Amino acid sequence: MTDIWIVVLSTAGALFILLAAVGILRMPDFYMRVSVTTKAATLGVGLILVASTFAFKDFSVTSRVLAILVFILLTAPVGAHMIGRAAYFIGVSMWNKSKLDDLEDKYDKKSHKLK
Amino acid sequence: MRSLFLMNILLTLVWAALTGKFDYGNFIFGFILSYAVLWVITRGTDRAKYFSRVPKILVFFGFFIKELIKANIQVAYDVITPRNYMKPAIVGIPLDAETELEITLLANFITLTPGTLSMDVSDDKKTIYVHAMYVEDKEAFIQSIKNGFERKLLDILR
Repeated sequence: MTDIWIVVLSTAGALFILLAAVGILRMPDFYMRVSVTTKAATLGVGLILVASTFAFKDFSVTSRVLAILVFILLTAPVGAHMIGRAAYFIGVSMWNKSKLDDLEDKYDKKSHKLK
Repeated sequence: MRSLFLMNILLTLVWAALTGKFDYGNFIFGFILSYAVLWVITRGTDRAKYFSRVPKILVFFGFFIKELIKANIQVAYDVITPRNYMKPAIVGIPLDAETELEITLLANFITLTPGTLSMDVSDDKKTIYVHAMYVEDKEAFIQSIKNGFERKLLDILR
């Protein structure tokens, strides 16, 4: 029974990471690439980690997996946020089919302060 | 609130030490047991807020995992099929959250849901700017964030 769980969880994790890789190629602009890769990769790594707890069935491994999951969930969004914000400053343009941009002309060009 | 939580943890550790089994199943059982004991002995006082908060946090995590999987499948479908259904936009969402902790948690949860990426918070902390991949209608999108994550999060934190 646990073998089935390990197979299902690690396969699903690997698939989500593969989808993130395909997403880098297929997405039309920078912001959507960041969007797709951070999230799909987070879920994929999380699923593989959970599969490893089933495989080892050890108290210390489980504790470490929990700690890694918490730190991934805390740091991955912050990294994506900083990369996206920096890209907007230097003027990486959005996809031409984008609907609206509420941030347009809201930044001070020199100080990077939001008006 | 905080003292009740610490008391709960302390009683859990006492339970684990007395039964002599330090594994996760025993810790969770001890936590539930001491939660019930604390609930019984604090009846009639005004400290009951902790007891409504713990189930709410569990429900919130269930909701978050549901949203995470649902949105990941939506994005996965868009990645592997040839047609693009995306309507990306940067939307300014007015915030009800006030303190820095509330805004930080909300921005983190928005970024963790696939398809949305929080870009910046205005200097007066009134608006958060979010890049989203599927915006059919601006008002409907704002309402879905406000009624979903923000309301549930503020329910727990306040």
